Amino acid sequence: MKERLSVAFVAERQIPPAPPPAKTGGVVGWLRENLFSGIFNTVATLLSFAFVAYVLASVVPWLFLDSVWNASSLQECRKIDDGACLAVINERFLQFVFGFYPDGLRWRPVLAFALMFIAIWPALFASAPRKLLIFTGLYPLLAYWLIWGGSFWGPVGVLAGPVLGWACVRWLPGLMRGWLDERLVFLAAVGVGLLATVLWWLFGVTVFDDTLSAVLAVDLDSVESARLGGFLLSTIIGVSGIVGSLPVGIVLALGRQSNLLIIKACCVGFIEFIRGVPLITLLFVAWLLLAYFLPPGTEFDLILRVVIMVTAFASAYMAEVIRGGLAALPVGQYEAADSLGLDYWKSMQLIILPQALKVSIPGIVNTFIGLFKDTTLVIVIGLLDPVGLLQPIRADQNWNGIVWELYGFIALFFFIFCFAMSRYSMHLERNLDVGHR
Amino acid sequence: MSMTGQPPVEAFRVSQLLYDTRYRSYTIQVFALAAIMLAFAWAVDNAVQNLEALGKDIDFGFIFETSAYDINQHLIDYDSTSSHGRAAIVGILNTILVAVLGCIAATAIGILAGVLRLSGNWIVARLMTVYIEAFRNIPVLIWILFTVAIVNEVLPGVRSFRGPEGMSGLFFDSVFITNRGFYIPAPIFEAGSAVVGAMLVLTIAAAWYFGRWARVRQAATGQILPVFQIRLAILVLPVLVAFFAMGSPISLEIPALKGFNFKGGIYMRDSLIGLWLALSVYTGAFIAEIVRAGILAVSKGQTEAAYALGLRPGRTMSLVVLPQALRVIVPPLISQFLNLTKNSSLAIAVGYMDATGTLGGITLNQTGREMECILLLMAFYLTASLTISAGMNAYNRRVRLKER
Amino acid sequence: MKLKTTLVAATAAVAVSAAAQGATLDDVKAKGFIQCGVSTGLAGFAFTDSNGNWDGFDVTFCRATAAAVLGDANAIKFTPTTGKTRFTALASGEIDVLYRNTTWTLSRDVDLKFDFLGVNYYDGQGFMIRKDMGVASATDLNDATVCIQTGTTTELNLADFFRANNMNYDPVPIETNAEAQQKYLANACDVYTTDASGLAATRATFENPGDHIVLPEIISKEPLGPLVRHGDNAWGDIVRWVMNALIIAEEKGITAANVDSMASASTKDPEVKRLLGVEGNYGEMLGLAPDWAIHAIKTGGNYGEIFEKYIGENTAIGLSRGLNQLWTKGGILYAPPFR
Repeated sequence: MKERLSVAFVAERQIPPAPPPAKTGGVVGWLRENLFSGIFNTVATLLSFAFVAYVLASVVPWLFLDSVWNASSLQECRKIDDGACLAVINERFLQFVFGFYPDGLRWRPVLAFALMFIAIWPALFASAPRKLLIFTGLYPLLAYWLIWGGSFWGPVGVLAGPVLGWACVRWLPGLMRGWLDERLVFLAAVGVGLLATVLWWLFGVTVFDDTLSAVLAVDLDSVESARLGGFLLSTIIGVSGIVGSLPVGIVLALGRQSNLLIIKACCVGFIEFIRGVPLITLLFVAWLLLAYFLPPGTEFDLILRVVIMVTAFASAYMAEVIRGGLAALPVGQYEAADSLGLDYWKSMQLIILPQALKVSIPGIVNTFIGLFKDTTLVIVIGLLDPVGLLQPIRADQNWNGIVWELYGFIALFFFIFCFAMSRYSMHLERNLDVGHR
Repeated sequence: MSMTGQPPVEAFRVSQLLYDTRYRSYTIQVFALAAIMLAFAWAVDNAVQNLEALGKDIDFGFIFETSAYDINQHLIDYDSTSSHGRAAIVGILNTILVAVLGCIAATAIGILAGVLRLSGNWIVARLMTVYIEAFRNIPVLIWILFTVAIVNEVLPGVRSFRGPEGMSGLFFDSVFITNRGFYIPAPIFEAGSAVVGAMLVLTIAAAWYFGRWARVRQAATGQILPVFQIRLAILVLPVLVAFFAMGSPISLEIPALKGFNFKGGIYMRDSLIGLWLALSVYTGAFIAEIVRAGILAVSKGQTEAAYALGLRPGRTMSLVVLPQALRVIVPPLISQFLNLTKNSSLAIAVGYMDATGTLGGITLNQTGREMECILLLMAFYLTASLTISAGMNAYNRRVRLKER
Repeated sequence: MKLKTTLVAATAAVAVSAAAQGATLDDVKAKGFIQCGVSTGLAGFAFTDSNGNWDGFDVTFCRATAAAVLGDANAIKFTPTTGKTRFTALASGEIDVLYRNTTWTLSRDVDLKFDFLGVNYYDGQGFMIRKDMGVASATDLNDATVCIQTGTTTELNLADFFRANNMNYDPVPIETNAEAQQKYLANACDVYTTDASGLAATRATFENPGDHIVLPEIISKEPLGPLVRHGDNAWGDIVRWVMNALIIAEEKGITAANVDSMASASTKDPEVKRLLGVEGNYGEMLGLAPDWAIHAIKTGGNYGEIFEKYIGENTAIGLSRGLNQLWTKGGILYAPPFR
């Protein structure tokens, strides 16, 4: 068809686009689309609005308008107004945060908490200066020293153990080369290094500490574990549990994937056992049984025992998260590493783990959230975490009979913390996604 | 065999244990095994020494001794003259009860919330988001304490039902919701109720068979029968006929206020209600996310293809999307069930006598046999978990087979 | 084998720092403080102020022990224990002495391998109920819902009592006193049962204590006292005699205020002289300093002073001495002679 037909009913030019009808555009359109499309939706919308209005109408006056911030007892609160008696939170806020941590020393946990962010910075962001990683490595000992106090040389002595071991591995082979079979030199050096570290920890640290303290004492007032409580305790247990569980979890995950039958069986057994029992029973073990399995007379701080159990608990879940990350890698990555002639540890260290861990970060963060929430269970063994603090507060004659304000406050704290973490994990998930597809 | 590339058979040298990958793995494993066994032996040896020093022994004989304490909720006969073993079983049954009730309710809540969160209705979706985030980010222990506190503090006390001007119950004064729990009517079976029961079993079988027949018929002829209505009729009518023919053998026992408490009927105590509610709403939030992820995992093309075939949204959901989504949903769903069962051990915080409350609580306390009690307790939870995960693995295998 | 050497070394190292069984006294002196197990919180008996400092009737006995052994009433570490955890804490060596309203029973003494060292409070289990329920006797409690604190002998006594009287009841086991009292106040149970002293302490914290009555029946004997591990007799003797010293001090009228002057002034009473270390070498027999009893009495006064300060009739708890009066004044508080 070459020539154009001029027919009356064919439009010759395009009609300019008309604005959409009022019903489908703008606020009205949005409302129709999202709230009132159909009978069912309309009913649902009205019910939802009624629910929200009811909740707001009952909570807002109670929490904001009629609440009492300044009073010294519940009875006084009730006399002033009939809303929430937030005075109890006003009075006990610091106790909720620090437990019974001595008054004048509270800057120490705060400082430790602040330093934690510097310590995890290089672990999370590649842009951070690499040198900070040294600080990250030193941080656990520093935090321990800040929170529990005591002599500065104690943690330094503990740190000297691995340094000593490393020195053995680094320098011994050169010394031994002359009189030992070439192939055994390295192995022997590692053995000596390990032994030296352990022996140092067992015998050397105390002597080291005492000697240096005699020369130059750097002491902080020591704080006993029974004084730790509140959110400080939750954070200590949660953070050390997750940090400790990361290496153990990686080892377990690798062990579970390994071809070595016995090692695989042990790892699977451990993971399934831990995942099969409630955390409460593990805490009971920490509280009641752990002492039985240690040499007679060993005395162990309860918080340390709980941290050990919680670490074991978290590492089983961590292992599963990391196993997911390992499974998510294409087989080609493993094959490529093999074809380059890398041995098992090299291929894991250089090719597999960096990718697998990156993929697992959101899962790790989720495990952390779960662990942090689970720290509330320590009340069953008598530790005074925020929920545990309810007990002494309500046993106080002044606050006897208070319920909702305290639950609400604790819930709010956990919510803020966990919600922020979960948003962060989602953000990471999105970022990592881009890199991978 | 005449192989050309056959390597020469070397004499085995000790150093191969270290440098030859074929043998090294054995070396490593033997050493690992030795280390683990040594550590284990060390721990056991310590335990033996410690127990000896305390003059204790490991003796499970206490489970046959009289428990001497009462348990408020017992599904089997139990009183204070029963043995500790029986108390443990009562606790285990209570755990199973709250776990099963919780799993059912959590699934219902989770599916509802997950689907609603994807709904086009703006406010409903937002409300569901708030619900899910609130419950996922606050410890379950706080929810349990909170829920039981709500039951205790907000609901009316038993005494407010007392006297002529007292409150009356729901549903013609037969259901009483109090701060001590819910009192609901209990069925009483008299002679002849066996016939009604048998009829019920028969009709269920018939309804199931009819459904299968209707499906086969639809596949063969393309005709769709009103399956739901016919099934309902099959289920209800014969049972009703049997019920009246036998002279109404099943009646309801309605709780009535006598003395301190309501008598008769079924008593669901406050700790059960609170624990059940808290666990199911908490786990429901996680299940909602799983359901949502499962539905989103089914590619949009599937829905569009179904629409293109002319299927209505409801049928698209039930015939196309859900069967595919289920494969993604079920494994994490089961692990949520596992979590719920494990979390039910928090019952001790609100005085619900589950396995942790009897075996790991009062029994442990009264007998002082912590090693034995905790071992038994762990064995119970481990068995429960392994059973559930064995079921999950079986399901996974079945689903995987269907996938070509 | 290398591993084994390591393990042996580890065992040896830990054993050095550890206390040999049965030498708690040496261990305590080496550590420089006493580990004392107390209740997590029971008004009057053991409670913390907002700074976390422990105080109360039982706590003062603990402090007196520390003062006697180490000369410092603050050389002490308190471990709050629940009914569930107290015995294991003691057995595992986490605490050296348990001062926590613990009833002396045969099975605890014999089967759980502890030594009870006496009674510092004679108690008995009772019932508290709302006045307007119109109940006058515990035998009218058929079918009642009863809140109990778990982990004590309470639930066993209760089971016995209701069985013996052919009554039914609905036990509601609660872990802690605060929670149980919350439930009772919300009317989720009709009756609250625990030791009579605990009932009085709990009732004292209510907004309207007058609305609740304690029923007259006392359904059990609850001799409450301190306990230590079996087989550690030297340490047990110390804890026992610190308690006895406080009772004898009340008999002899020695108080926190006059103990110094009593010791320095030449008092006539030979028993007082022996007690305060002026005469004889009784401190040495116990392995303590001669003036141990002076330190103990200075901590919180004699038995009567401690009683009046924390739980006596002038406090919110408002307990009368009753059985806990001295034997010379109609009670059964009776310390063996100090000679």
